[in-house]
Amino acid sequence: MTLLDIVLFLPLVAFIVILALPKTLSRTLALATSMGIFIVSLGLLAPFLGKPTSAVSFETNLIWIQSPAIRYHISLDGLGLWLLLLSTMLTPLCVLISWNYITDRVKEYYAFLLLLEFGVIGVFVSMDLFLFYVFWEVTLVPMYFLIGIWGHDRRIYATVKFFLYTMAGSVLMLAAILYLYSRAGTFDYPMILQLLSSGRLQLTAAEQLPLFLAFFIAFAIKVPLFPLHTWLPDAHVEAPTAGSVMLASVMLKMGTYGIVRFCLPMFGNAAHQCAPVIIALAIIGIIYGALVALVQPNMKKLVAYSSVSHLGFVVLGIFTFTQQGMDGAVYQMLNHGISTGALFMLVGFLYERNHSLEIKSYGGVANVAPVLSVIFMVTTLASIGLPVLNNFVGEFLVLQGAAIVSWKYAALAGLGVIFSACYMLWLYQRAFFGEAGEGVRHHITDINKRELLAIAPLVILMVWMGTGTSLFLKPITAVNAQILEQSKINVEYQVKAPPAPSAEPAPATTAAVVEVARAR
Amino acid sequence: MHHLWLIPFFPLAGFLVNGIFGRRFSKGLVSMVAVGSVALSFAWALKCLLALAPLETPHVERYFMWIQSGSLAIPYELSVDRLTAIMLMVVTGIGSLIHIYATGYMHDEDGFYRFFAYLNLFMFFMLTLVLANNYLLLFVGWEGVGLCSYLLIGYYFLKHSASTAGNKAFIVNRIGDFGFSLAMFLIFITFGSLDFQKVFEAAKAVPVEVSAGMMTAICLLLLVGAAGKSAQIPLYVWLPDAMEGPTPVSALIHAATMVTAGVYMVARSAAIFTKAPIAMETVAWVGLATAVMAATIGMTQFDIKKVYAYSTVSQLGYMFLALGVGAFSAGIWHVVTHAFFKALLFLGAGSVIHALHHEQDMRNMGGLRTKIPITFAVLACAWIAISGVPFTSGWYSKEAILGAVHHHSPLMYWIGVATAAVTAFYVSRSMFMTFFGEYRGHAHPHESPPVMWVPLAVLAVLSLAGGFLFNVPHILEPLFPVEHGGHDIMLEIIGSAAGLVGIGLAYVMYVASPGLPDSISSSLGGVYRLVYNKYYVDEAYDATVVRPLVSGSRTGLWQFGDVWLIDGVVNGMGGFARWIGGGVRTLQSGSIRSYAAWVVAGAVIFIIAAGAIAGSNGGLR
Repeated sequence: MTLLDIVLFLPLVAFIVILALPKTLSRTLALATSMGIFIVSLGLLAPFLGKPTSAVSFETNLIWIQSPAIRYHISLDGLGLWLLLLSTMLTPLCVLISWNYITDRVKEYYAFLLLLEFGVIGVFVSMDLFLFYVFWEVTLVPMYFLIGIWGHDRRIYATVKFFLYTMAGSVLMLAAILYLYSRAGTFDYPMILQLLSSGRLQLTAAEQLPLFLAFFIAFAIKVPLFPLHTWLPDAHVEAPTAGSVMLASVMLKMGTYGIVRFCLPMFGNAAHQCAPVIIALAIIGIIYGALVALVQPNMKKLVAYSSVSHLGFVVLGIFTFTQQGMDGAVYQMLNHGISTGALFMLVGFLYERNHSLEIKSYGGVANVAPVLSVIFMVTTLASIGLPVLNNFVGEFLVLQGAAIVSWKYAALAGLGVIFSACYMLWLYQRAFFGEAGEGVRHHITDINKRELLAIAPLVILMVWMGTGTSLFLKPITAVNAQILEQSKINVEYQVKAPPAPSAEPAPATTAAVVEVARAR
Repeated sequence: MHHLWLIPFFPLAGFLVNGIFGRRFSKGLVSMVAVGSVALSFAWALKCLLALAPLETPHVERYFMWIQSGSLAIPYELSVDRLTAIMLMVVTGIGSLIHIYATGYMHDEDGFYRFFAYLNLFMFFMLTLVLANNYLLLFVGWEGVGLCSYLLIGYYFLKHSASTAGNKAFIVNRIGDFGFSLAMFLIFITFGSLDFQKVFEAAKAVPVEVSAGMMTAICLLLLVGAAGKSAQIPLYVWLPDAMEGPTPVSALIHAATMVTAGVYMVARSAAIFTKAPIAMETVAWVGLATAVMAATIGMTQFDIKKVYAYSTVSQLGYMFLALGVGAFSAGIWHVVTHAFFKALLFLGAGSVIHALHHEQDMRNMGGLRTKIPITFAVLACAWIAISGVPFTSGWYSKEAILGAVHHHSPLMYWIGVATAAVTAFYVSRSMFMTFFGEYRGHAHPHESPPVMWVPLAVLAVLSLAGGFLFNVPHILEPLFPVEHGGHDIMLEIIGSAAGLVGIGLAYVMYVASPGLPDSISSSLGGVYRLVYNKYYVDEAYDATVVRPLVSGSRTGLWQFGDVWLIDGVVNGMGGFARWIGGGVRTLQSGSIRSYAAWVVAGAVIFIIAAGAIAGSNGGLR
């Protein structure tokens, strides 16, 4: 049994314990266990802090079901590492922000939160396709109830929409997984990759394409990629704050994680083939999400649409098939988790005080809640990609990667960076600047210690990830290099494959520069 | 190691101390931290430069790796060469003076600590900008100073106009930064690095581009960035509005330092620009057009800070003109002298505004010469310097620019000379309206305290003697060799005369026969209104970009696209499914076993379909 097994199953244990003990203990238990899990999970960092390596750690590979051969195969690499830690870090913070807000069915609420943690950790460590699918579905259940029970007025519509959208994708993915099983005779992911790279399993381009699309659509709905995004604003607006935070910070990343983990290495050929269309959708999403965010009267919807825009950057980065683009994409997954998670928390703080998500019920908050306003400002700046803060690094790398493929991609996606400043600063001006109105003066108080405790780790990470980037980026770079290699091998394997775009720019030798300059 | 990092670190520490604890500090303590940190930074910069002299090649210090992804490596690396040295002295020197002045000017304001925290943060980013040894780190400082500009313009956040001006500054700068970042991407693609030494070394080997190509694209995109930060056409619109900020901010950020970052960046990238003559020509014309346009607006404004704001835009245009004709060192010289006299003009104007209890309209001033004599005396020094009266600092740098421009194109030269006359005219107009004639206001003017006028006096000396003391082109000789040396005495006489004509004309109109301006403006009618309303550029942008974007996003994208179209399809599918469901309700037996069967059946159908597609196509390519 490795540390990873422990980290994976502790939330399940906590889930059972919370359900078993009386509800007066629930939130304390939830806080204690989730904090404990986070501290234990920090031990997972150990193998990744030295030299950058693409090797997997904490591998456990057991038979779960004999026939069909489904394995309990989990391991951790640089791709799953930070997403796992993000999940274990956010869970106790979500308990903290729900502390006073949740008064109804307290036991079930915290139990679902821990079950959600179990599910997402499982998604990020599963190395067996069927196991992955099981965890993928497990995450749906608690989120369905978190929105459906503790949400706002239109929660039933939102949660059903969320569920159906995601299920539609999941069914496709399941079918593709079963088909792969029929061809490879195993669900074991590393083994399938092995079979593919050795040539013992040959997928024709025509097999690859539907398989790729089945996986990709399931993931794209989760991301969500334009035009599959309309479940997101509804789900966010109706969800309780902690639900929004987990949804935005972790669950959306399951989609982008899946694309990098599965779509690229297995179906590199089809991925390359579809890249232009996907990039176009990603760029549309970046601009569209930002422009629609600009005109939202509701704060949570604004942040939700901004997520559509930000996740567009992640998808764009992945499908550049460049080291910079992919590193930026994975980094941006974490950045978005932190800055958007923080934004949802802050909007939640305001909602708890003033019981409104409409921007026009605010104004002049800076007068009455200076500390809250400063934290909101820092988060805003992180979200719009200001240097020194985390998002800048991710956006820069993604756009650099995009520019290597085509300057047009970078130029179009770069518009999103301009628009992000427009919608966030305009939001900030309307909510925080000016004279404080009657309602604001009566209801808004400054951030309290519990809330500060919940958001401080995120603010610290914004600065840390923006300045001490290499610590975080090293494990990611190593894995991405390997994934790029795998998706390339696949390309070369197909005789009729299109030539891969050059992933690296010309070296800086004088002769080459002259040549490049002439060629252009 | 000379620990260059300490130069930006001191103000950063000041920012953190004042930002976190400032609310509990006394104003004296806040001032001490703020001024002290910048003064330390100045002292440390001076110490480093003395130790590094003569600094003919850049001194580089690497601290740690910031971003490493594939072949892209961005270390946290600072460097000094002579260009950086000049900028360091200007930024920390003038920065110190303005910090001292601000402790007096801001004394009665709320949020005193907040103001100085922002100001120190600005110093940190500005110093990062000039010390950076690669484009990305420069960009960190570049966006960072923009942030501080935003925060300080919106300092009086209760005023809607102030926070709107802050937003406008940030967003317009973002448009510029968009260009800058595209240029960075192309630089990395072309040269494989963002490191200054590597890029410039490689750029030297590139042949001069006769027709537009990669170098031209990079330079034009860099120009977009520079136009945003340094308020050039078409992105200058934020700077006049930026005057909503407190006056020391206008002096430090929006006159002396931040807005010259674009000039610095272009001069820094000279190795690339010299390979792109088309881009250079564009830089020159953009600069010249900006200089002319802003100067004409400056003639018509009544808000004293607006006059100097347009003057700044115009003078920055002058600097770009210099860069565009290849006179990089003359451009930087003007950065230095302009920092002296324009900081002085703003701080002096602040002193006037302070004396008149926040009156900014010059029509309510007049006759202040005797009431606030010290302010008048120091402002007079800035006045003659910007007007280009011989042997003042402004005269040296302006003549250097005009000389180079004449060498490049006589047409540009004559436009430049005319602009110089207009410059002298509008500054003289502001001086005459403020200090001469009868006092037209109601407040009781009082002279500013020594903490405010002593920095002014220092700047006054620099405005007069700065050009003579600091021969920037000579200092920059190792970086930018002077190609066409020698003074043309005829050009200098024409240039000097232009300034004197401007002053004289203003004297006639505003002192000798004060009725003249009104009759001229009314006889010009439409032309006057066009210029007075700043050529309606803000209104045009609003009508063609801002409003269509917002209303298009609201009705077109959101209400039609998202809610009606996409969600309509989704909900329609839901309704369709329910309708089908009515028909196949019999399948819903309630037995788990039969559901499982359906799931499997569905999956099998999909697999067969996938196989069929595979078979029929036999490969898609």
